[in-house]
Amino acid sequence: MQTAASLNLDGEQPGGQVGGATEGPKLVVAPKPDAGAAAASTSSQLTDTPVRRIAAWLRSALPKVLTTMLSLGLFVAFWYFATKYKWDFYIRFTNIPSPGEVLDNAAQLMHSDKFYNNMYVSLRRIMIGFGVATVLGVALGLLIGQYRVAKAMLFPVFETLRPIPAIAWVPMAIMLWPSNETSIVFITFLGSFFPILLNTIHGVNSVDPVLLRAARCLGATEFGLLRQVVLPAALPHIFTGLAIGMGVAWVSLIAAEMISGQYGIGYFTWEAYSLIEYADIVIGMIVIGVLGLLCSGGIRLLGTALMPWMAGSTQGGQK
Amino acid sequence: MMSQSADQAKATGHIVVDHLRVRFGHNAAMVEAVSDVSMEVKPGEFVSIIGPSGCGKSTLLNVVAGFVKPSAGRVTMDGKHTDRPSADRGMVFQQYSLFPWLTVRKNVEFGLKQKGLDANHREEAARTLLGLAGLLAFENHYPDQLSGGMKQRVGIVRALATSPRVLLMDEPFGALDAQTRVVMQQILTNMWQRFRISVLFITHDIDESIFLSDRIYVMTARPGRIKAEIPISLVRPRTPDMALSPEYLRIKQQLRDLITEESLKAMGGELKDSGLAGFGMEVGPQGVAELI
Repeated sequence: MQTAASLNLDGEQPGGQVGGATEGPKLVVAPKPDAGAAAASTSSQLTDTPVRRIAAWLRSALPKVLTTMLSLGLFVAFWYFATKYKWDFYIRFTNIPSPGEVLDNAAQLMHSDKFYNNMYVSLRRIMIGFGVATVLGVALGLLIGQYRVAKAMLFPVFETLRPIPAIAWVPMAIMLWPSNETSIVFITFLGSFFPILLNTIHGVNSVDPVLLRAARCLGATEFGLLRQVVLPAALPHIFTGLAIGMGVAWVSLIAAEMISGQYGIGYFTWEAYSLIEYADIVIGMIVIGVLGLLCSGGIRLLGTALMPWMAGSTQGGQK
Repeated sequence: MMSQSADQAKATGHIVVDHLRVRFGHNAAMVEAVSDVSMEVKPGEFVSIIGPSGCGKSTLLNVVAGFVKPSAGRVTMDGKHTDRPSADRGMVFQQYSLFPWLTVRKNVEFGLKQKGLDANHREEAARTLLGLAGLLAFENHYPDQLSGGMKQRVGIVRALATSPRVLLMDEPFGALDAQTRVVMQQILTNMWQRFRISVLFITHDIDESIFLSDRIYVMTARPGRIKAEIPISLVRPRTPDMALSPEYLRIKQQLRDLITEESLKAMGGELKDSGLAGFGMEVGPQGVAELI
């Protein structure tokens, strides 16, 4: 090691130095935060204290915060007046609960174990259905994308089944599966499976062939190629599929719960209608929206964590 | 590890191309890319193949790498058929072929991982090699954060990491600017002298081929045949100043004449069509060379 290092100094210093010089500009750009900090400190000493920086950030963010609040405030105000005066102009607000009623019911439900259980059941169905769809969709997508035989044997079946919406499977699912619970999970699975499968196939097909050749030259086996090159190369597309799949999974789940469920937040919302607890309908809708948002956010976070190289490339693109 | 690969390289890495023929397509649509090529790379030798674009030199390299099956003839390394890609023939591509999802060091470790080397040994070997190429400071960068020259340096280091017997290089510096290219040629020469492995180098840059090679094969326009074999006896280490020496200029003139002739043949049809043919014939090959 010692000799190698000193040899390096003797032998390669000229090349190294010239290399540094010619490739300099690009390198300076790489540590971006430092460059930003340097620019800030030189531009004005006043902006360099933390308090001032936060103040500056608030000033720049304030207009957006204000317009967002205004937009939401106007929406709630419309809701409030429409329900208060029971507007009836083709659209009827006569039976719609007011914001106040919704808040009152929400306060009660906060202490209801049954309500939390409904949320838990829906989330569990999503996790299982979406989880199985992810494993199967990615695995089959890799095979279909990479191997002609797999494509010839499997793809026609999937192409035939794909246009059928998951909801259309409800009666069939009830006959196929032993319990209501499994058929609802199956519907959730179906909804997310196809977006994940198709995006994975697309991802595999768009892998740069030179990367496959490089890996083969480095001694990669067929399985190593699939796991260490094709999978990571397709990962951005796979995550697009997961994000879409998560959305469709919720759509399918809620519909399935409304039709054939016991428990679950979709069932809760439909039950509220049957029991004339109209405020609970709104709460159900809001909870569905928030849970869906959280799940999509989770997918995005997972994507960022699993694809750190993508963060670097988008930073490079923004500058 | 390094001295071992150096010793090993002295006796191995002998590439023999024997009456190779490569055809693509069938019947009427058949194209002959390589036509009856015989050549060799001796152990530890740096050999370049130069020729007009589309002459089949990349196809020839792909047969040696094991990506393309020959229609006739054979390619062997140390007596063994090169019928499939293998880690004992390292390859550097013209396009950047680093794995974007791996850091620089993990890219270099890729081949070692396929060999089943454990993480500690992989890291040690990768860091040593990156140090030699002046890239240690960038071991944790992703390829997208590097300049073109640095990416290609990592590509070379990655190909060398598995201790291949021969390095196959397909116009590796073609996408780089002129200055970076000269630096890269020096770095490559240094690495080659340190590792003493055979190199088969594809280029269409005459200066590059003279600066780097022990021997140059000139290929004809498609279908590619070997037109000439030119030994380069310039002493090593070679410096940019040598580009002004009489011997260098003589070789360069010779290569230029050979390639111009082939380029003209390759472009003959196009020139005739464009009405430039008459003009080209009047001013002769030299004039058209300028025109091109």
